[in-house]
Amino acid sequence: MTKIHVSTTVNGDAAEFLCEPASSLLDVLRDTLGLTGSKEGCGSGDCGACTVMLDGEMVCSCLVLAAEAEGRTVATIEGVAEGSVLHPVQQKFLEHAALQCGFCTPGFIVAAKALLDRNPNPTETEVRYWLAGNLCRCTGYDKIVRAVMAAAAELRQERTPA
Amino acid sequence: MNAPETMKPFRHIGTRPVRPDGVDKVTGRALYSPDFKAPGMLWGAILRSPHPHARIVSIDTKKAEALAGVKAVATGRDMPTLESLVMHVGEGASDIVDVSHNCLAFDKVLYEGHAVAAVAATSPEIAREALGLIAVEYEELPFVLGLEEALAEGAPVLHDNVFTKGVEPKPDKPSNAAMRVEMGGGDIEGALASAAATVSGRYTLQPVHQGYIEPHACVASWNGDGQAQIWTSSQGHFAVRSLTASVLAMPQADIRVTPLEIGGGFGGKTTIYLEPVAMVLSKKSGRPVRLAMTREEVFRATGPAPGAVIDVRLGAAADGTLVAVDVQFLYHSGAFTANDAGAGVASAIGHYRIANTRVVGTEVLCNRPAAKAYRAPGAPQVNFAVESAMDELAARLGIDPLDFRLKNAAAEGDPQTSGLPWGRIGYIECLEAAKAHPHWSAPLGPNQGRGVAGGYWGNYGGPSTVNVSVAEDGTITVATGSPDIGGSRASMAIMAAEVLDVPYEQVRAVVADTASIGVSMVTGGSRTTFATGMATVQAAGEVKRLLRERAARMWGVATDQVEWRSGPAMSASCATPPFRMSAPRSTRTTSKARSRAAPRRASAGRSTRPISTARTAGSITRASSITGCRWPPTCR
Repeated sequence: MTKIHVSTTVNGDAAEFLCEPASSLLDVLRDTLGLTGSKEGCGSGDCGACTVMLDGEMVCSCLVLAAEAEGRTVATIEGVAEGSVLHPVQQKFLEHAALQCGFCTPGFIVAAKALLDRNPNPTETEVRYWLAGNLCRCTGYDKIVRAVMAAAAELRQERTPA
Repeated sequence: MNAPETMKPFRHIGTRPVRPDGVDKVTGRALYSPDFKAPGMLWGAILRSPHPHARIVSIDTKKAEALAGVKAVATGRDMPTLESLVMHVGEGASDIVDVSHNCLAFDKVLYEGHAVAAVAATSPEIAREALGLIAVEYEELPFVLGLEEALAEGAPVLHDNVFTKGVEPKPDKPSNAAMRVEMGGGDIEGALASAAATVSGRYTLQPVHQGYIEPHACVASWNGDGQAQIWTSSQGHFAVRSLTASVLAMPQADIRVTPLEIGGGFGGKTTIYLEPVAMVLSKKSGRPVRLAMTREEVFRATGPAPGAVIDVRLGAAADGTLVAVDVQFLYHSGAFTANDAGAGVASAIGHYRIANTRVVGTEVLCNRPAAKAYRAPGAPQVNFAVESAMDELAARLGIDPLDFRLKNAAAEGDPQTSGLPWGRIGYIECLEAAKAHPHWSAPLGPNQGRGVAGGYWGNYGGPSTVNVSVAEDGTITVATGSPDIGGSRASMAIMAAEVLDVPYEQVRAVVADTASIGVSMVTGGSRTTFATGMATVQAAGEVKRLLRERAARMWGVATDQVEWRSGPAMSASCATPPFRMSAPRSTRTTSKARSRAAPRRASAGRSTRPISTARTAGSITRASSITGCRWPPTCR
């Protein structure tokens, strides 16, 4: 099988890799680039655990071919914190206990950050609809929604709701 | 409800600190099962049966073995032949012959998706390609999926060596009724005949998968000298060790299982599917081998909770007193005996006080994946049926459904279905609290409803091992053998900090591998906070006792003269160089056994004499003063 050479940008750094034509972006992120923060829960775009940003658009990386990353910009959960400083969404997930097993958490955080980047003042309904593509099996969604609302308030520099 | 009548105020219990594993899990750094890779690792793949029931006539693996990059191929013939042995490792029991044959089919495939052969290769693509080169000749057999169909005369029988357990005398021919459990007593028919009101109904439920988001995965490395390592996520790495060792007929201590973070289990990760197969592939190839399921494989070959057909008859007197209940249920067992029926029988009506009872549960083998534990395994199905019938009977009697339950609720001293008396279960108190809550009487809006149901589940104990170590600087590590499926590191750190009366951040909790801590039962059965927590509390108490004893010896006073108090117990002078022990004090207890101190080490170094009563408003503790160190490690 002939492999495809791909040049792309991942979390701000140039990245190059060879991949099979059928490889998903998720496979390459996890197995070739060692970025295992994005998870494969289903491989069919149902669970959202593999959510990453591709040129600023939220995608299920299990449904994107790795070759499609050529010349584009990928952002994953590993790039959400700035160094050791957590993004408010990450911090609020911890404070609100919005994770139990934590396996779905990277996808939720990438998706929630994408929402707040475009709408820093979402309603609870907007948060729930935005996160409808992410499945959590343990915690229930309430704590997640509260964490995202609290992160939004913090980003707006308002007082965090209790 | 078993809480002490008078609660002492707690410093940490009841607080909600950030969990110690939190940052790793919000940054994507936490290593789950599918994330782990070993140097030189091969990629495995499993060939699964397209038939629900078939005899394996032959498997030809030659072409697959010849494919460039393929390093090993395994079939059921590569697994050792085993004597039947029922092992209790998780929530339920399994025969290791069944476990082995579920990991890799031996002579028959018993469900669509049953593993038939496995390959290890230098890339996942080659491994998948090799699967297509394995030629399996099947002799298809009639199959059966439904519960009553599987028990019908002439139904295809899955195992010719299964004779219904729990029936005396032993049946003269094998059947799909794997086991029958019956409890109860009294005159059901007489009581139903004289009841003021009766209801009867049939309730059917489909099998439901546990649905953890993390698919199963593992890496195994089996060396030529017989020693092996397995990296996997599970609800119990000691269960992974004992089951894998038993299936492979090898010593348990030759396997070291390192627990990776677990992405949900819900009971379904209390067994093994991939580990022995990865081990065999590793032995054959001489390299570490990774096996991982896709979501499709998870649904085809693991779990689920059993589906059920449940017949309920209930009768009550005019005043609402339950007089008789008759529950008969069939549970899917799937391809192998699952052992959920006993818990279902015990759970069905145990929370009510009824004079005449009969509960009969039967596990039924059929051509589906073997049923596995799922959140109170065996209980919710039958509770759903009984509680639905309770609502119907309450309506027939014209009694509020909550009052109906309250009238019949079991309390301390009442017999359970098994005959054993109840402890303080709090069912009545719980119902009364619900009744008093404003939500029970608030007016309902459009499309709103309100209901009440009771349920039964036991809080399981079981063995847990915890190791509490004090570092040279007085900080503390709590190591447990219990996988952290949703925050138990935080629970253990809170409990240890409470006992040792130190800040939460001074205690760090880890989950240790099977070579680094004693045997611990699975994280399941609602037991971990309770049992592993008990071991944590005991071990932390033991640390306190040992350090007080040591301080007493150093100071030349009786042990009862040394107090353990919060606040700093300053050493004689901050200018005094800190006293260091030769090694951190470590102690270990098992919650089943009495606390047992680690062997004493001789004290080393100089002993400065701390002033045991000195206190300031800081956070330095007696623990740190006794080790001669300070927390935080700067003098104030």
